[in-house]
Amino acid sequence: MVMLVVAFIAFSLFQYVGDPVLSMLGQDATSEQRAQLREDLGLNKPFYVQFAHFVGNAVQGEFGVSFRQGRKVSELLAERFPATLELAVCAALIALISGIPMGVYTALRRGGLLSQLFMGISLLGVSLPVFLVGIFFILFFAVLLGWLPSYGRGEVVQWGRLSTGLITIDGLKHIVLPAITLALFQLALIMRMVRAEMLEVQRTDYIKFARARGLSEKLVNFSYALKNTLVPVITIVGLQLGSLIAFAIVTETVFQWPGMGLLFIQSVQTADVPIMAAYLVMISFVFVCINLVVDMLYVTVDPRLRVDPGGAGRH
Amino acid sequence: MKLINPKALAKALRQLAFAASAAMMSIGLAQAANLKWAAQNDILTLDPHSQNHATTNNIVGHAYEGLVRYDKSYRIEPCLATSWQTVNPTTWRFNLRKDVKFHDGSSFTADDVIFSFDRIRQPQGTMQIYVAGVKEIKKIDDHTIDLILDKPNPVLLNSLVTFMIMDKEWATKNKSEKVQDYKAKEDTFASRNTNGTGPFLIKEWAPDQRIVMTANKSWWGKSEGNVTDVTYTPIKADATRIAALLAGDVDLVTDLPTQDVARLRATANLFVLDGPEVRTIFIGMDQGSDELKYGIKGNNPFKDVRVRRALSMAVDRPAIQRTIMRNLSIPAAIIVAPGVHGHAAELDKTGPANVEAARKLLAEAGYPNGFEFTLDCPNNRYVNDEEVCQAVVGMWAKIGVKTKLNAMPFGPFISKIQNFDSSAYLLGWGVATYDAQYSLQSLVRTKTTGADGNFNLSKVSNPKVDALVDAMKTEMDKAKRDAMIREALSITRDDALYITLHHQMRPWAMKKSVSIAHNSNDAPKMYYATVR
Repeated sequence: MVMLVVAFIAFSLFQYVGDPVLSMLGQDATSEQRAQLREDLGLNKPFYVQFAHFVGNAVQGEFGVSFRQGRKVSELLAERFPATLELAVCAALIALISGIPMGVYTALRRGGLLSQLFMGISLLGVSLPVFLVGIFFILFFAVLLGWLPSYGRGEVVQWGRLSTGLITIDGLKHIVLPAITLALFQLALIMRMVRAEMLEVQRTDYIKFARARGLSEKLVNFSYALKNTLVPVITIVGLQLGSLIAFAIVTETVFQWPGMGLLFIQSVQTADVPIMAAYLVMISFVFVCINLVVDMLYVTVDPRLRVDPGGAGRH
Repeated sequence: MKLINPKALAKALRQLAFAASAAMMSIGLAQAANLKWAAQNDILTLDPHSQNHATTNNIVGHAYEGLVRYDKSYRIEPCLATSWQTVNPTTWRFNLRKDVKFHDGSSFTADDVIFSFDRIRQPQGTMQIYVAGVKEIKKIDDHTIDLILDKPNPVLLNSLVTFMIMDKEWATKNKSEKVQDYKAKEDTFASRNTNGTGPFLIKEWAPDQRIVMTANKSWWGKSEGNVTDVTYTPIKADATRIAALLAGDVDLVTDLPTQDVARLRATANLFVLDGPEVRTIFIGMDQGSDELKYGIKGNNPFKDVRVRRALSMAVDRPAIQRTIMRNLSIPAAIIVAPGVHGHAAELDKTGPANVEAARKLLAEAGYPNGFEFTLDCPNNRYVNDEEVCQAVVGMWAKIGVKTKLNAMPFGPFISKIQNFDSSAYLLGWGVATYDAQYSLQSLVRTKTTGADGNFNLSKVSNPKVDALVDAMKTEMDKAKRDAMIREALSITRDDALYITLHHQMRPWAMKKSVSIAHNSNDAPKMYYATVR
């Protein structure tokens, strides 16, 4: 349902992005050629016919052929998906692995020097635009220091449909800057969320009772407090992972990372409607799946949700 | 204890170092010369008959070749054809080069030319323009062909430069007789693989990542450079492209954002090569409608030549060159750039703005208080396009003309003007054939069918120019034809049929160890590149 609505909105918008026929034919084409191509591509048919055609094909996994490149859209997306997935997963991991401990630390040691530093970083992460962060990183680490490469994906190893750069040194060097750039916003967000939740949980009764009971700080903080902060964090992280995949567009453009985001930007510039439509539908699919997983994770993390709601009334 | 004599040791070390470096240098000279080249766009396909796209044509043109090619001064020189004669005004006989082999070893013959001719004309490709006017190709023998034309065509050779020859046997073997079709289920082999006669083999194409080319050791021609391996990377983001050059990750960048040129010039280990581009930027005004769609109602002011001249006079071209283009443009009076056949310096003289005279002319035409209209402008297509429009709007305000500026991305912009939904617009025009007829025919000639006026979106219609353009299409006498071109360009300029602003310049930046011949059609050729 969600996906259908997204497809509908996307398709309506595409009437306004410009004429794909010109970018396909170049400036030399005659108006007869352009008219012929419009006819061939079915662009003269009424909106609902084009939309029905699109949906009919989409459910079969057939997204048509890119106007600009003349290749099948599903193949183009499949080719580019591993790169975006790799980048998004690395960024998500960096954000989680750094964000949660940093959040816990700043909650427990409020006012300390390191805490202030972390809070400063999180402020920058939330307020600086991604492309600016990316360009700064390139400036410092590639141009001035020369430690890391300035663009691209480096060497990749191909396993059937999937490709990964994580097992080559060259690939690792190339993914560091883009992953950190993409992770920065999520890191700041997660850190602040964990911190806020931890602070709130510290004030609850059951933590007070646990301390009164004499349990060690470590046990109190990590076994009890942290677990209870995780529910809202999981919600946010889930949604953010979806947005990482969808909106790695800017990071991919800055670092010339050959993923779906870069493909999408180029399609917008050349009014390549099949790719744009397929991309948006795919992204809505990703969000729907992630929401499903998040909902299921709730049940495992929060035991209260496992109890049959009807049963609670019996107590 | 016998100590090592320090002087002897030093001498020995010196000799060793000298020998080692000599050895390394000689290895270096014999080694491959690798060039990493970056620009903005990626190619669309490796098929030479599929998409008429500038970057694609250039890169694929390293692997495939045509019957003729341009030399460094844009004169036609032999390529796969060694000589040609006009047997009669509509028949050209070409003698094909012997002993040329495709990359896979098969021989180049007349059959390959005829096969390619049929292939390039398939309707699902967009390259037919390069053989427009050729009715048929007759095989005389394995190395002689006759091109039969519809009508005499003085610029046939210029179009043939981009008609690239594919091997018939290879295409048939790999089921690539047909050019990629939008309705097809899969990619043709020829869209992802090449087999040409050219100076480079294309070994790999990873879309949006890299194209790897390597020199063709059995090429029939002689390379003027020493580059043996080229890695082309498209880097879309301007800042990243420049950063890559500064960091040393690439050696040559041919798409420079104007604001970075000065900084690159000042960088110690980089060199900026200046050169013109064959692209002219101009403003078109709706001269066909009785009433402006987006402007003052009543009579259409653009129909009056005095109004057009006044608007042109009010534009301060030197100021635009200085402040907006940062000296990377050549103010233009005619609609074709230097280097295009038909351009002449004495025709292309411009001067500073003449606001007083412009105001007087406007008043004479009946608009003493000016008038208003909307100017449509792309904001992501030409160098500083939006800023140029803003400047021109400001200049017109000085003579009382109130212009509403409507800037938008190129996609919607081009649809708008192609639907004749604009009263005035900014446009740029490159000249693929290096001959003024190309621009005059597409832009100034009244629109009919085919290439006549196919980009004449301001409904310009001047019967004298029409007659000149029609005549020059088939005039084989060079002197007569040059006179026609000259007259047509002069009329376009004097009647201000378009307000020409400037011809763009396109500097390239590279490491100091790289040298390459500059090329004004924005198509760097790797066989002119040398890496020290």
